This record gives sequence, structure tokens and C-alpha cells, in this order.
Amino acid sequence: MKAILALEDGKVFTGQSFGAATEQWGEVVFNTGMTGYQEVLTDPSYAGQIVVMTYPLIGNYGINREDYESKRSFVRGFVVREYCDHPSNWRASYRVGEFLTRAGVPSISGVDTRALTRHLRSYGTMRGYLATGDVNPEEVVTRARTSPQLSGLNLVDEVATGENYTIEGSGPRVVLVDLGAKHNIVRKLRDRDCTVIVVPPGTTAGEINALSPDSVFFSNGPGDPVDVQNTIKTSRRLIGTVPLFGICLGHQVLSLALGGKTYKMKFGHRGSNHPVKDMRTGRVYITSHNHGYSVDESSLAGLDVEVSHINLNDNTVEGIRHKKLPIFAVQYHPEASPGPHDSDYIFDQFMDMMRGEGQ
Amino acid sequence: MPIKEGIKKVLVVGSGPIIIGQAAEFDYAGTQACRALREEGMEVVLINSNPATIMTDVNMADRIYIEPITPDFVTRVIEKERPDGFLPSLGGQVGLNMALQLAELGVLDKYNVKLLGTPLDAIKRAEDREQFKSTMERINEPVPESAVISTIDEAVEFARQVGFPLVVRPAYTLGGTGGGMVYNINELIDTCTRGLKASIIHQALIERSLVGWKEIEIEVMRDGADNCITICSMENLDPMGIHTGDSIVVAPTQTLSDKDYQMLRTAALKIIRALGVEGGCNIQYALDPNSYQYYVIEVNPRVSRSSALASKATGYPIAKVATKIAIGLNLDEIKNEVTGKTYACFEPSIDYVVIKFPRWPFDKFALADRTLGTQMKATGEVMAIDRTIEGALLKAIRSLEIGVPGLLYPGMENLIEEEIEQKLITANDERLFVLAEALRRGMLEEHICNLTKMDRFFIRKIKNVVDLEQHLRQQGPSALTPETLRQCKQMGMADAYISQVTGLKTDAVRALRQAKGVEPVYKMVDTCAAEFEAQTPYYYSTYDEEDEAPPTDRRKVAVLGGGPIRIGQGIEFDYCSVHSVWALKEMDYETIIINNNPETVSTDFDTADRLYFEPLLPGDVLNILEKEKPEGVIVQFGGQTPINLAAHLVRAGIKILGTSLNDIDRAEDRERFDELLEELDVPRPPGGTAFSVSEAVEVATRIGYPVLVRPSYVLGGRAMEIVYNVEDLTNYMQTAVKVTPEHPVLVDKYFLGEEIEVDAIADGETVLIPGIMKHVERAGVHSGDSIAVYPANHLDRHAREQIVDYSSRMALAMNVRGMINIQYVLYNGQIYVLEVNPRASRTVPYMSKITGVPMVNLATKIIMGHKLKGMGYQGGLYPETKLVGVKAPVFSFGKLLQVDISLGPEMKSTGEVLGVDASYPVALYKALLASGVEFPRQGNILFTVADKDKEEALPIVKGFSGLGYNILATAGTARYLGEHGVPVQRVNKVREGTPHITDLLRQGDIHLVVNTLTKGKQPERDGFAIRRATVELAVPCLTSLDTARAILEVLTDFQEGSDVALVPLQEYLN
Repeated sequence: MKAILALEDGKVFTGQSFGAATEQWGEVVFNTGMTGYQEVLTDPSYAGQIVVMTYPLIGNYGINREDYESKRSFVRGFVVREYCDHPSNWRASYRVGEFLTRAGVPSISGVDTRALTRHLRSYGTMRGYLATGDVNPEEVVTRARTSPQLSGLNLVDEVATGENYTIEGSGPRVVLVDLGAKHNIVRKLRDRDCTVIVVPPGTTAGEINALSPDSVFFSNGPGDPVDVQNTIKTSRRLIGTVPLFGICLGHQVLSLALGGKTYKMKFGHRGSNHPVKDMRTGRVYITSHNHGYSVDESSLAGLDVEVSHINLNDNTVEGIRHKKLPIFAVQYHPEASPGPHDSDYIFDQFMDMMRGEGQ
Repeated sequence: MPIKEGIKKVLVVGSGPIIIGQAAEFDYAGTQACRALREEGMEVVLINSNPATIMTDVNMADRIYIEPITPDFVTRVIEKERPDGFLPSLGGQVGLNMALQLAELGVLDKYNVKLLGTPLDAIKRAEDREQFKSTMERINEPVPESAVISTIDEAVEFARQVGFPLVVRPAYTLGGTGGGMVYNINELIDTCTRGLKASIIHQALIERSLVGWKEIEIEVMRDGADNCITICSMENLDPMGIHTGDSIVVAPTQTLSDKDYQMLRTAALKIIRALGVEGGCNIQYALDPNSYQYYVIEVNPRVSRSSALASKATGYPIAKVATKIAIGLNLDEIKNEVTGKTYACFEPSIDYVVIKFPRWPFDKFALADRTLGTQMKATGEVMAIDRTIEGALLKAIRSLEIGVPGLLYPGMENLIEEEIEQKLITANDERLFVLAEALRRGMLEEHICNLTKMDRFFIRKIKNVVDLEQHLRQQGPSALTPETLRQCKQMGMADAYISQVTGLKTDAVRALRQAKGVEPVYKMVDTCAAEFEAQTPYYYSTYDEEDEAPPTDRRKVAVLGGGPIRIGQGIEFDYCSVHSVWALKEMDYETIIINNNPETVSTDFDTADRLYFEPLLPGDVLNILEKEKPEGVIVQFGGQTPINLAAHLVRAGIKILGTSLNDIDRAEDRERFDELLEELDVPRPPGGTAFSVSEAVEVATRIGYPVLVRPSYVLGGRAMEIVYNVEDLTNYMQTAVKVTPEHPVLVDKYFLGEEIEVDAIADGETVLIPGIMKHVERAGVHSGDSIAVYPANHLDRHAREQIVDYSSRMALAMNVRGMINIQYVLYNGQIYVLEVNPRASRTVPYMSKITGVPMVNLATKIIMGHKLKGMGYQGGLYPETKLVGVKAPVFSFGKLLQVDISLGPEMKSTGEVLGVDASYPVALYKALLASGVEFPRQGNILFTVADKDKEEALPIVKGFSGLGYNILATAGTARYLGEHGVPVQRVNKVREGTPHITDLLRQGDIHLVVNTLTKGKQPERDGFAIRRATVELAVPCLTSLDTARAILEVLTDFQEGSDVALVPLQEYLN
């Protein structure tokens, strides 16, 4: 079956459909990871987005039972150069196409993904519309143009838990404010024996305090951070009462709560190869990224907040630390999945902070 | 961190001559290292014995020593130059060994030289078997269990602990015999019994066998601040069991999930940290295809063949960055030259597929054992880039230049089922083609998987091509709709391959394709999958939508490279191509290079203005030229590869710059060449062309034996032979060649005279001969396998004048613009022409260096219209230097079983070295030493020479005897020597019973062997067995009396401890 991806600026790519026979709008973004499509497809932070993989062969190792980052896929569409329908890996249990079809994700192969990536790099991420079947390209362009903007949508509620649940452990109590948390964040905490109490994004400071946490952890998630005002309010109230930590959207939420500002990046960072410098040690780590918004460094001037990590490629803020209180956060993904595990130490620092050490 | 304190002058060590397993990649690495050091303001001193390298060019380092890379010579360089630092890790294993030896000898301490890069204890931790094992155990990284055993009981005990399968490797056996895989206790006992018996020291290594596991490699970098990054992951198509140098390799890994990959990546970082490597490092894993289990197989704490491949595959300059790390810079302080904006501290992301395919020398060594295993046999490799596996694979196959445009390989259709299965199980160089044939016959993918242990992902990709091939064959030309054509091209099918299966002529396929608008686009290798804007003008073709390489409107010229390194076409041609590009840049042309060899300097992204990494076949090259529209193409620097393309290019309307196609053809076409010589009254040995066996006999009878016979179409002396009588001639004609009216055989009188060679530069008016070389071995030994001496010694004025006269007249008559190479034989006071090559030859780098004439630079400028006189050069013979330069060949016989080492008209060497000194014996000594010849100062020399050579051998034997050597000889030779008053001890031939020659060789009782060929090259002959035994026991063996005479000369003139002066390149002309 034919498929068409149209961008709001009129650019059209045609190819074959290999996922759900449906259509979707979304913000078109590219990911440069050469492995990890299963994790990308199931990472809730991609909600609202049509994901382009720059690596040309996708599906080689199929879909397996273990590497889900959430219960299902939240991507709006999936764009690849070549889709492999004969996966080969000892853990493979499904073809990617079957998974996408079940997940209702329209998908297109046969696209010059490099040309598309270059386009997005030059003109920035933009809205797109992915349609399958016999459709008129001009119509699809129109639909792309009339799609809503990503900012202003309440994507977090779409992906986050609606109610509390607890994963028991023998160690400290972590309240994880779920903005679309990846499974591997929970796994990392569980590996460290934490009791993890997962709460919805709208949980108030009072409700969280009632859980008597040793720390509060704001997770990754989709969309524009300014759209999660309730969570920002909650985190602001918690400042100074309990150690706070955030990853990705959680990092942006904490930055906003502390008085900083965020902005939308031209095409964001999505991939597994970004060098991030830990300003305290001078060491550089290769990290996993997935963000389209960033904390404005200049907005932190005068606050009790220091930049703890920067991206070596473009010098953007990749981590912040409160100068006095036990609060820190990183923009990238120390939990990996997909990507390098080099930043596992961030979780150790989190544990130290909870224990009142290492600040 | 700033540059290490006190480091202002650095000694870099190269890897020496090209041998199997150590090829041009170290010229690429070394060149990057020298440039990186100078960029940081260092004074660079270099030692490398290989003159055919860019790194030994005068502008690459401040002081260059083309001297033997031995502890003695390196020490003397240190003594003389007093460098602050020593950088060994760019010089391959040779470099690392030098670091270990010099440290052990206390040289580095004595002269206060800092070892740069990976520290000594880290090198030891990686190189020493036991230390490596214990380091891996400390960090919980698994290495395959192994044990050295000397009894069967020990073997059984080991098997009880580890289980099966196991691999048994007896220590020190001939030809690696006696070992193998064992699957149960009985096999273990049998194999160990045999193996221990075959082992000279009665020992065997037993190891867990990982045959069939996935073989994965990761390139890692670490800086002094402990920052670690991985550059590239690679997956071998051929699983464990085949040396990675002999495996088809794809980058990045294809069948690993992120979890699998990150597991190995994390381990890689752990390993490089535990070892303490500072710089680049290659880590090889065996990964169970059915679990997370893996073993660390090997770590190379240095740049390697794989790192060169990783650099070209990703665009990340590993050697350059490793060098900067070595002098103290950190990854986040080193600029990423690809983007020009970011730093070297990131991991490349690629958005294409890279395939490396090995190039084996079996076309040259028809009798060699072609089986692939743990001993690498490839001399070179090609790399191909595309957006599909199929595309990269087919591009790689045609880049090999083995005469197959696709997956159809001659002879496959005749294999019976059993042969197919056997060839799938036991791999040789043809396995991929056998696999394609199996698929063509409908063999189940699962079955192929079981037989080859290759991942079914790759088998499916090959099947995709075979299916399309079958479709085209069934449908014929009517199948070629625009959609199918596009599909064919996306799968990398060349027009010639489509032609082969549809029956449509290649040109017609091309025309049809172009008419339908199915044209390639070119995409950039940018290290970052298009995330950032990049500056690299490094492109590959693919059939996709967007083209990223719009031609500029500058004046431009394309230079065609030499493709993979093979016997007969080595690194010399890369040297020439690079120099041609540099000369064009000097003239302000935009330069375009087309090549596919990942090991080389020519394919470094900053050599030419534009690099196209593509096969050197007509279709692929034309696509680029038609798009770029250069003023013309230079074909004379890449060896025979571009010369073979010239006719195709001209037919397509492309202009060949330099000597015209017509004149190239006059040198290549036997009849036209004869006519030319007749016209010029330049003599050549009498001969003729034979279209049948009887005609050949007729010609031979007319001109008299011995005769040199060869097929009319040859590359580098393939299938050439000297025959001495009618019986041998008939035998050769019937077995060695296929003589047909289209493929006649050339029969020439063989003059056993002195061989002389010149490279000349001509501009149509003036002919400059930079120098005359004389070969130590007489005609009959391929020029590439001969020791060459410049200036030609003992050559009288008359001969010299004749050579200059003939060379000049031929160059003018052939309208040479640029380079020409001519080989002569001096026989009975007369000079005869043997061969003319209308292109740069393998001696060009050597002659350029020793004479100081920038030959390729001048030739390129002439090609672009300059005149020699205008550049300050006169015609005729260039004034001779005071120094003597001796070029000696280097062989890789140890790696190639069943290959006869005797020298003859077929080229066998893989590399060369240069020795330079004011005196001939010292220059020769240096060259031989650098080539690996050990000079026994006393001991036993075995002579076993053919009857025809006995008289000539006598004075040589006497000479050695007079120097105090004991002379041993086999019956016939001993009798002859005894009769002529030489004290000699007779030894048994193998069939005469023990103790025979092989026993003596094994016991170390023979220190040098002189053996001349009787006839035939069948492995069962005695001489062959002796020669092979010398290779495997590392005893020098000379098969030409001329070489023996030269060595005698060295040993006579040159006593041990004599003062040998070091001569830096910069002083050659003083």
C-alpha cells in the first residue's frame, strides 16, 4: 500500500505503508540512533510526533518482549528508508510492521530519510501528516498545515498514569511523578532497591508529602514543559522540603519551578551519540537524548542554580543543580534504553543526594 | 589538558613493508600522525623502511629515516636525533614491538625519551596472553578458556572443566598441521595424540571453540582524562572461525538490538579503561547468536586495519585524534574537522551501510590453499558504501576487480550438490558466490544458515539479489521497467550484471536506464547522519531522491586510484595518485579522486577536493564523470586499473589527459608494439604470437630455447613461465593456459641477461630519465620481486647511452605525456626492450625519493600542459646521486600455504623496502635487513642447485666457504662441489631417509638455504618441500644465485660491527 508523508511547508515524500492503514498528524522529528527503534517507538516522550529514523535499515532485529519502554507506542507516525520484514535476532518475537499495525501507528518506508533529515535540520521540526492508501498529496499537505501545534497540547495526560501505584523495595522511598516515564527509569530505581511510588502528573505537593518520600523524581515526558503548569506548581512547592530530581521534561519542569525559562529548539536532540560534559569533573559522557525544548542558560542568571552539564555540540544546558538545596536534574537520559549506559552514575548521585551525601 | 610538557620533538615509527596483515592502513595512520604532530607545532622524526609510502615523503616530517626498523637502528636514530617523545602506536605491530623492545633494552630511559600514547604496562596488559587474561578476569569480562597442554591427561582434564567443542592447536608444527576442532572425548584424544607428535616442542594449546558465533568489533578511543568514546561497531558476515581480515564485514552492526549492542559497548569502555589505553583500540568479541553470552577475543591497543576501516566508514579520523591524545590533548579539546564546529568527543552516527570485502591473492597463486581460517590471507580490501546491504555488497564485489560484475561466478553452475554443501561449510574466497548459487538452486535459507553459520539476515539480503537476478533472467530485457531498473540499482546491480542476466548489452542497459531517468545521486559521509552541516567532500552513490554533491564551476580534473592492494598493484600506486592530486591542487584545479580502498591516504577525506568512494568500473566511474564533467581524467597513476578503464571512458566521450588512449594501446598491444619498435629500430628479444600449440612449438624452434611464454593478456606476470624444451612447452600450452584465436600465447626468446629498468617523464619534446635501475636478479625474475639498485652499477657507458637513446625515442614516438616505465635486458653487450608500461610504475616512489626528482608532480604538470624545460629540467639522464639506493622485495609466504617461494616471472612479493648508503654493500645490507633477511655470521649453508646452475654456483659456494661457513649439499650438488675442491658435507634429501634436510632445518642446524628450481612447481617435488619448510621454520632461503651472490658480497665487504651511517632523506641530495 502507498503512503505519503507531507510537511506543512509543502514538501511531500511518498513510499510504502508498513504499519497501520490509518493517518495521523504530528510534529516531524528525526532520531540518529543506529539501534534502539523499539525503545524509541515505546518512549512516551515521542507522543505527538512522527519519528524519522536516520539509520536506513529498520526492523532488522524485530520487536522483542523485553525492550518496551512503556506499554504501547505513542508515536504518531514512523518513517524509515527501508523496512526489514525478515528480522533476525534470538529475542525477536514480532516484525516491527506487525507491532506498528497493532499499535495503530501509520508507517512509511522508501523515503529518502537523509533528504528529509537535511530538510528538518535546515528548516526546523515542523508539522506533518502521514497518510496511507490512495490519497492526494496536496490534500495531505493541507492537512499537515491545519494540524494543531505541539505546544499547547496536553500530551502528558495522554501518556502518564491516572492513578498511584507502588513498586515495593527495601531502600528509600521515591515518589516518581509520571509525566510519561520510561520503564528503564523504574528499573534503574528498582536496581537500587528503592520503593517507587508512581503518581500522576497532577498530584499536588500535599498529596506527595503525605506519601513521606525520601525524594521526588520528575520523569521524562512529551511536549512543551510550559503545558504542565500543575506539575511545575507542585515542584515549586516541594522545593526545600525534599530532595528533587528530574530527567528530560522533569528537568525542564524543575528549571521552570526554580525560575528559569525554556525555549523550543530548532530541531532538538534525538539520538544516542551526544557528548555531554559534567562541569564539575570536566569529564565527557556519550549520552542518549530526546528533547525538543531546552532550558535557556541566560534565564538562570541570578538564581541559586548552576549549570551542571552542557552539550559539547551546541553548548546547550544538559543539567542543572541547585547551589544550596538537594535539587538536580539532567536534560538527557541517564537511564539509556536506547543508548549508552555511561551516565549510570547520575542515578548513584541521585541515591547519594537522597541519603544526604555528595552535595 | 595542554600538550605534555617538554615534548617538542617526536619520533614516529612506521610499520615497514607491506605484508599480509599489515598493509597500507599504516601509511594512512602514519601520515595522519605526522600531520597531526606538526599541526601542534612538533618537530617530527620518522623511521620507516618502506619507501612506497606518503609518510616517508620529504614534506611529511622534519627528519625521515628510511632505515631498517630494528632496535639497533631505531636506537641510533634516537641517539642522533634525541627526540623528547616516541610514538609507536601508529606503526602497527612493528611499532608496538619496537616500543616493548626499546623499553626492555633501557633505550628510552637512557635517552630520556617519553613513550607517547598508550603506556608500556597497558601495551603489555593487552599483548601478553597471561596479563590480558588476568586483567579481563579482574573486571569480569570473559575470555575463552584455554590451556597449554603437553599430555593427553591434561587435555582430558581441561575438557572436563570446559566442555566441547574445543579447538586444538599444536605449537610449532609445519603448515599448522595436526590441530583442529574436536566435539567429543575420542576426537580430543585422537587429535591431541597427533598434534603433540607433530609439535616440535610437544605442546598444544586447547581452547574453547567459538566457531559459528557472531564476530563483532568495536573501535574505542580513550584520552588521558579517561573520556571514552566508541567510533564504530562492525559485524562480520563470516562468523567466528575466519580471521576478521579475511571476513566480509559490515558497519554498523545489523542484527544486534540496542540492548545487545550497549552490552558490548559498555564492556568495550570497561576494557579500554582497565587496560589503560590512551588513544585508539580495537576490541573483538564473539557473541552467542542465541543468548547474551559473549567472550572478549582480542584487543589491539593501537590503530589497526579495523581502525582505518572505521575511519573511512564513519569519516572520523582515528589516527589523527589518537596522535593528539598521545601528546596530551583531550577529546573535547580536539576539533572535529568534519563539521569544523564541534569537537572530536562524540560518537559518529552513520546513515548508510558500509561493507568491507577482502581481496585475496589466489588469482596469482593458483596452487595456494584457498581455505579461510584463523590465518589471514588477503593482501588488501575494498570498501563500499550504500543505503542498502545489497547495494554495498554488490559494489564491494565489483570493486575487487576479479572479473565478476555481480553474484554470477564462473564454474558455480557445474558444482554438484555435495560440493556446494562442502564449500558452504568450509569457506574459501568463493563462498559468497557458492551461497548465491545455492540460493539460485532453491536451497533453503535455514539450511544455508546451518552450513555457514552466517546470520539469516544476510542470507536473506543475498537472496533478494538472487531473486531479482532470476526474475531478470526469466523475463529478459522486457523486465526492465523503470520500477525494476530502479530496484536493480537500489540493490547495487551494475549495468554489466543486468546485461549478463538479461542478454541486453551493457551500453544498452545504461542507455535504457538513463532514458528512464534512473540515475544515481551522491550523498555525503558526514559522521553525524545529517544532524549537523558538514564540510567533508566525501561522497558515495545511491539510488535515492536527493543529490548532495552539486558540481562546482571550477576547473577540475579527476584522478583514478588503484583499488585494492594486490600482488602486482600495491601501495606505490596510491602514492602516485596522491601526488598527482597534490600537483593538481598546486595548479589550482579542483581535484576529484575515485577509489575504493579504505586503507589508503588517497581516500582520506582531505586529500582531494572531492572523494568519491566507488568501484573503479566503467559504469560507476562514468556516472561520476558525467555528473562532474571534469576537463579530463588522469589514468596513469593508479596502476593497471585505470589504464583498463581508459578505452571505456574514451568511448563515452571522456577525455583522457596525458598519453592518449591510442598510444597506451600501442604499448599494450603486442603487434602494434612490435611495429613501433621496428620503426624505431629498437631491438627486442625475438618472438612471436601463437594461436595454437603447434604454432608455439614452431616459434620456439625458430628462436631457440629457453623461451618465455605467457598469455597475451596479463597483469603483473600472471601465468608466465620460462620453458627450456619442447616437452615443457607443450605441457605449459596444454595445462597452464587456454589458447584460442582470441587469446593467443606470446612466445619470446628468454635472454638470461641483466635486467634494467627506467621510469621516464616526457612532455612530447623532452624526455627526462631520473635514473637507471639495475636488478640484482637476472631477467626471468619478475621486476617486482627483484632487488633493484640505483644507480645501476657496473653498467658501461655504451649501455647507458643505448638505454637513454631507446627510452627517449620510444617516449617521443609514443607521444608520452607524463610517465612511462621501460624494462630492458642487457645480453651480450646489447640492450633489448622487454616491456613498456605507459604509466607510472611501482618504482616511482623509490626513484622519486632517491633521486629527488618529484616525478609524479612533474608528470602531472606535463599532463596539464607544462613543459619540462619550463619547470627547469633538461632531457636525458638526470645527474646521478652519490648515494646508492637498493630496493628489496618482501614476501608473505609464511601466511600462504602451498605456495612455492621460488622466484620467477610471476610476481609474488607483497611489499618492498629501501636501503640507502654511500656504499653499495651497506645499502644492500640495509635493504636486506629491512626486508627481514637474517644474516647468519657463521654456521651451515645448504646448497641444493639444479644441474644447469652448478657451474655458476661454484664461485658463490667457494666464497661462502672461504668466509668460514660450513657447506652442506644434497648428493648431486655435493658431488659436484667435492670434485671442485670445496669441503662439503652431504645431507639426505627427504626421501633418502632421516636425518634429512627437513630434520636438520627443524633442529636449527641449517642457517641459510640456496636452492634453485629444477622444473615444475608441483608441491610433491622435493625442492618444493624444502622451500616450504624453510618458510615455516623461518630459515632464509634464496632461490636465485644472483641474490646469493649479492649476499656473499655483503658478507665479504661488511664485517659485523662495521659502522653503518644513518642517512636521513633530507640529506640524500647533499
